[in-house]
Amino acid sequence: MMHLESIPIQAFLIVSSALFCIGIWGLLNSRNAVRVLMSIELMLNAVNINLMTFSSYIDNNLIQGQVFTIFVITVAAAEAAVGLAILLSLYRNRVTVDMESFNLLKW
Amino acid sequence: MSIAITTQIICFTVLSFIVLIGALGVVLLESIVYSAFLLGGVFMSVAGLYLLLNASFVAAAQVLVYVGAVNVLIIFAIMLVNKKEDLKPINDIKSRRIISTSICLTLLSLLIRVDLTNVWSLSSPQNSIGEESTIRIGEHLFSDYLLPFEVASVLLLMAMIGAIVLARRDVMNEDISTGLPVDQELIEKSSEPLLTNKN
Repeated sequence: MMHLESIPIQAFLIVSSALFCIGIWGLLNSRNAVRVLMSIELMLNAVNINLMTFSSYIDNNLIQGQVFTIFVITVAAAEAAVGLAILLSLYRNRVTVDMESFNLLKW
Repeated sequence: MSIAITTQIICFTVLSFIVLIGALGVVLLESIVYSAFLLGGVFMSVAGLYLLLNASFVAAAQVLVYVGAVNVLIIFAIMLVNKKEDLKPINDIKSRRIISTSICLTLLSLLIRVDLTNVWSLSSPQNSIGEESTIRIGEHLFSDYLLPFEVASVLLLMAMIGAIVLARRDVMNEDISTGLPVDQELIEKSSEPLLTNKN
């Protein structure tokens, strides 16, 4: 067995890539609007893992990646609040959360 | 980090397994409530990954903001909109699934190829500052990232007011300042109560 000093950076990057792709799949294939918001949260978390990995492995003196992660978490919280409020008013107008029925902007 | 490398690898394997299986469950499960609780588990495991990367402050922020606020908000939204409805079948669902799955797999293979083939210029002393990172984040936030920090506070205020305005449903009959009747059609049309669970 090979000797390791720490977990290789590729392991973290692969986990984050897989999480991002799962999020994209859910975004494209969900019928429920709440699940679409959850998929967006998954993608944001994948991006955060990426930033934290590079911050820890490459820039571990000035940890700017961690500061960026804090800002991404802030924006994600704001996005979740506004997204769910939009979802509630959509539900109030259409009485459904099916993504296929929101076709007002279809040309 | 003071943890032995074997322990680190075991923790990483377990946490990333939970993250990926949980994310697949969030996307694939039929019941949206199970998805929401699995999403909380995914957020907790991501916080564990941050701890493995020597970032205790960001891990705490992740638990507080994601599990404590975002996940609870999502569960509340599910509670407010949980009407059982029969979804209309889409006729070209199979081709859509095939196209989207192939796009995602292609993107995944591309990203993994980049991850594995690129030569990362790693700095030699791994995790040199450790627990000092919280102090360092504070210094960053109040010196070179001061403007984004202040803009983030404005953003949170805007999101709060926007969410209140969008989600509000009761509208007063008359204007507070003038006493004139308010045009209800313009603001919001009246609708059925939210929890219509008749099926």
